[in-house]
Amino acid sequence: MALDSKIPNGSIADKWTNYKDHINLVNPANKRNLDIIVVGTGLAGGSAAATLAELGYNVKAFCFQDSPRRAHSIAAQGGINAAKNYKGDGDSVYRLFYDTVKGGDYRAREANVYRLAEVSANIIDQCVAQGVPLAREYGGLLDNRSFGGTLVSRTFYAQGQTGQQLLLGAYSAMNRQIGRGKIKMYNRHEMLELVIIDGKARGIIARNLITGEIERHSAHAVVVGSGGYGNVFFLSTNAMGSNATAAWKIHKKGAFFANPCYTQIHPTCIPVSGDHQSKLTLMSESLRNDGRIWVPAKLEDAQAIREGKKKATDLAEADRDYFLERRYPAFGNLVPRDVASRAAKERCDAGFGVNKTGEAVYLDFAAAIQRYGKEQAHIKGLDENDNALVTKLGTDIVRSKYGNLFQMYYKIVDEDPYTTPMMIYPAVHYTMGGTWVDYNLMTTIPGCFSIGESNFSDHGANRLGASALMQGLADGYFVLPYTIGDYLAPDIKMGPISTDRPEFEEAEKSVKELIAKFMNNKGTHSVDYFHKKLGKIMWNKVGMARNEKGLKEAMVEIAELREEFYKDVKVPGTDKEFNQELEKAIRVADFLELGELFAKDALHRNESCGGHFREEYQTEEGEALRDDENFAYVAAWEYKGKPSDAVLHKEPLNYENIKLVQRSYK
Amino acid sequence: MKLTLKIWRQKNAQDKGRMVDYKIDGIEPDMSFLEMLDVFNEQQINAGEEPVAFDHDCREGICGMCSLFINGEAHGPDRGVTTCQLHMRMFKDGDTITIEPFRAAAFPVVKDLVVDRSSFDRIQHAGGFISVNTSGNTIDANTIPVNKKDADAAFDAATCIGCGACVATCKNSSAMLFVAAKVSQYALLPQGQVEAADRVLNMVKQMDEEGFGNCTNTGACEIECPKGISLENIARMNREYMSASLKG
Amino acid sequence: MAKSGLLKSSIAKKVAMALSGLFLMLFLAQHFFINMMSVFSADVFNSISHFMGTNPLIQFVIQPILIVGVVFHFIMGFVLDIQNKKARPVGYASYNGAANASWASRNMIISGSVILAFLALHFYDFWFPEMVYKYIEFNPADETRYFHELAEKFVSPVRTGLYSLSFILLSLHLRHGFSSSFQSIGQNNKYTKGMKNFGLWFSVVVPLGFVVIALFHHFNH
Repeated sequence: MALDSKIPNGSIADKWTNYKDHINLVNPANKRNLDIIVVGTGLAGGSAAATLAELGYNVKAFCFQDSPRRAHSIAAQGGINAAKNYKGDGDSVYRLFYDTVKGGDYRAREANVYRLAEVSANIIDQCVAQGVPLAREYGGLLDNRSFGGTLVSRTFYAQGQTGQQLLLGAYSAMNRQIGRGKIKMYNRHEMLELVIIDGKARGIIARNLITGEIERHSAHAVVVGSGGYGNVFFLSTNAMGSNATAAWKIHKKGAFFANPCYTQIHPTCIPVSGDHQSKLTLMSESLRNDGRIWVPAKLEDAQAIREGKKKATDLAEADRDYFLERRYPAFGNLVPRDVASRAAKERCDAGFGVNKTGEAVYLDFAAAIQRYGKEQAHIKGLDENDNALVTKLGTDIVRSKYGNLFQMYYKIVDEDPYTTPMMIYPAVHYTMGGTWVDYNLMTTIPGCFSIGESNFSDHGANRLGASALMQGLADGYFVLPYTIGDYLAPDIKMGPISTDRPEFEEAEKSVKELIAKFMNNKGTHSVDYFHKKLGKIMWNKVGMARNEKGLKEAMVEIAELREEFYKDVKVPGTDKEFNQELEKAIRVADFLELGELFAKDALHRNESCGGHFREEYQTEEGEALRDDENFAYVAAWEYKGKPSDAVLHKEPLNYENIKLVQRSYK
Repeated sequence: MKLTLKIWRQKNAQDKGRMVDYKIDGIEPDMSFLEMLDVFNEQQINAGEEPVAFDHDCREGICGMCSLFINGEAHGPDRGVTTCQLHMRMFKDGDTITIEPFRAAAFPVVKDLVVDRSSFDRIQHAGGFISVNTSGNTIDANTIPVNKKDADAAFDAATCIGCGACVATCKNSSAMLFVAAKVSQYALLPQGQVEAADRVLNMVKQMDEEGFGNCTNTGACEIECPKGISLENIARMNREYMSASLKG
Repeated sequence: MAKSGLLKSSIAKKVAMALSGLFLMLFLAQHFFINMMSVFSADVFNSISHFMGTNPLIQFVIQPILIVGVVFHFIMGFVLDIQNKKARPVGYASYNGAANASWASRNMIISGSVILAFLALHFYDFWFPEMVYKYIEFNPADETRYFHELAEKFVSPVRTGLYSLSFILLSLHLRHGFSSSFQSIGQNNKYTKGMKNFGLWFSVVVPLGFVVIALFHHFNH
């Protein structure tokens, strides 16, 4: 099967307008006769459900949480990009498009990214009209901040809770439609299978997580907005419930899975404190503006610190290795996420890690406190040589900038980051890969769409800060509502789809068999036991830096672990009740397949780009070495019974508007 | 650390439920409270017993999914945190910890420590929104300037995570702080003022129908709220409600 | 358009509680003022009491409003408490109310009930005899009787003790009730801090004053 990305003709700036002018529309009276299922209620799913309902479609929305408001988009901290150019600093749709493609290390589809940049400004208008309290200046107009990887100030924000505010905006739009009866909301429901009738997606099988009942739901189209698959690593900044099940089920039914190996590892997270660790917490990237990253220069000091015999503050300047400043004098502590993450891992692997587990580096604010303190003393005409005064003034400035983050750190680690350096370590944060979609956001299964983080989307091999929120809302509010209408136009006379059809019967049967298998298994280990093992394999061999040998081993180990899982997993309770262990088992079963495809994709991509770093492909200075000649394509995998048998399809990436160049941060 | 856990066990909504005592060992002070429960559940599973059901998701204090009434307080003894951010260093070796679900007629127990908070959603369906179409063809975001003070106050109200700690902790199981936060957020913004009167009337009506108790201004909700939502919001809602009632 | 819930909504009820409470506090303040006169001058006390007891506006307009206010405040208090108990059918095994709210704020129903019991005694002592004296037996007006009637009641140490105890609970009731009523009617602003301080002062001075009056007459007999 050849991949057709269905990119409209014409110049890049006109594609989306021309497309909208010529697609089929469904008249309002007919929309009432069409049902759409939306799985997931984050920024993408929530905004899509609300907009489709408002257009007149009958929407059934599903989420596994107890309320759509709890989807993990809520945890996004920093901000949302939009090409508003309110600052008059030269921003434009083209610049946002350019920065996003470059930030993605030239592995994204030009036409999609341009469209994203084009609708970005509408998102801000929309959200403000909805009552989202974005940050404002004293004059009453919206404020912007700047973010890594760009030269303009285009990020809109709501303190450190931008994701929360935007999600609550989408949730409020959903509430309006639920109140009107246009969205039927299914909380605490998990999609477990896609139903395909005559080659088109026509429904899903879902489990009611409270009663355990297996339910059939039909629709004229199915939209999956179920987020990313970072939890394949067990430890990530994702929520505990974040899972790939919906995305993986459609993959197994025919939707190609693209670029699974593109994973973003975020450099500034709170380190693991022990084996009991259940998840990792992100500390905003903005901390690197003022914090200096270092490890002890001598192995014996690192050893002493790990054993608690020495403290960070005991080490003299000469005994500290500010390794980012040393390796990247031009960008220093502000190198991109992937570069900073790999450098920290390299130091810790060499034995210089500073916490109990040996997997942490320092992020030190002492210099910033002194610098700000002196500045303040000067402004206020006070004694710049009074050490205590300078420290106090500087601490106040740092508190005003990062107070909430420092507080969060203190609550988790129980150390005061104002007086002793913070400890940080990279953690899995976002997955750029996902279901392959065409320009219409439709997967390779007709009638099955994928939006937000769950598609392979617009970020290429690496996502810039503040662009995930932009993509989720762009897909849901402004793109899908057009493209799905074009698809549904021929179906207006179809009428409701019966759930008594044999295809539903069969899909339900397969789900019930899987569940019965888990319930009847008399295994000896909990689901978490296997999930943690999978996470270790992924982190050690398919993590920040990968090589051929490790990836091959990982594929074998994951396949073995999967077999062991089905033989030896233990799921207590029954399937006819609220059973969190069963929920986990079903999700981990999918991760155990996805992980293998992930490794396979990483193994086949013989280059380093963005979030994918292969040790064999690096420059002499240890930087990522892209191979545009051979790998400027999207790797879309077709399921063939086993992840290891997946068949590769290539969508070539043609850059007509942007010239490919090597990134450098020296 | 060695601990005694007194946990509420209830098979389903129909079951009467009871407190059950458990012993647990090997807990480290650096664990979060929910990680302690993870360890507990792992032990239960290995011993062939039912693990305890509890709600949780983001584990970074923002999704509002985790709940738990710990030693008589919503989200436990620490301040300004959710249960997932509560750490075991707040407890001592040998402590007895009582763990109960959030209790209110409007929050029926689903299983063990899991409750159904969909009453909060229904209050929002009644009016927790601005009736603007999601077409994107609205006015430019900077057309209406918003006073920074109001914008910041609206933001503070909007940081509510909908966890229900206010209801759980209130001796009357009142949902006033939750509803007031939403009413305030919109009432403070020019975009929300158009429908302000209808909104407050509809949301309060739904709140009353859900069977929440009345507010007696003890202020417990404000103290136990992990996001520190201020009582000022309740005063604002009272004001909005009375003026809407008198107009309507 | 939403139906106005002015009369039955939870917010309307609490506003009504607040307004009736504020009204009762005003009454309490004037009652306190008049009684305080008895400490300083029997004659002044007698003449004010006579005015209050015979002025038709006070007797036939204000007094009924006051009685309605008192009855309303009590009935509504009990109704709300019953509703509040219903809102949590299964209680907590462990509930640490002291961690986040004062005893006074959590136990308005207890302090209120004690005040109700006190009111019964108070009516038995003063109001019923007064009504009988004026409107049943139609005794002639006597401008000098009030001080003695007052002083006589505080001869008994038991009654004086009960009065004093009740005023301690009244103090607790006011301590929460004063600032709470402003919050209920939607006043939480830059004046709140000052208002709270005034409320604290009011809740100590007024009940303490009543206790002083009772003790004064008890020991000066």
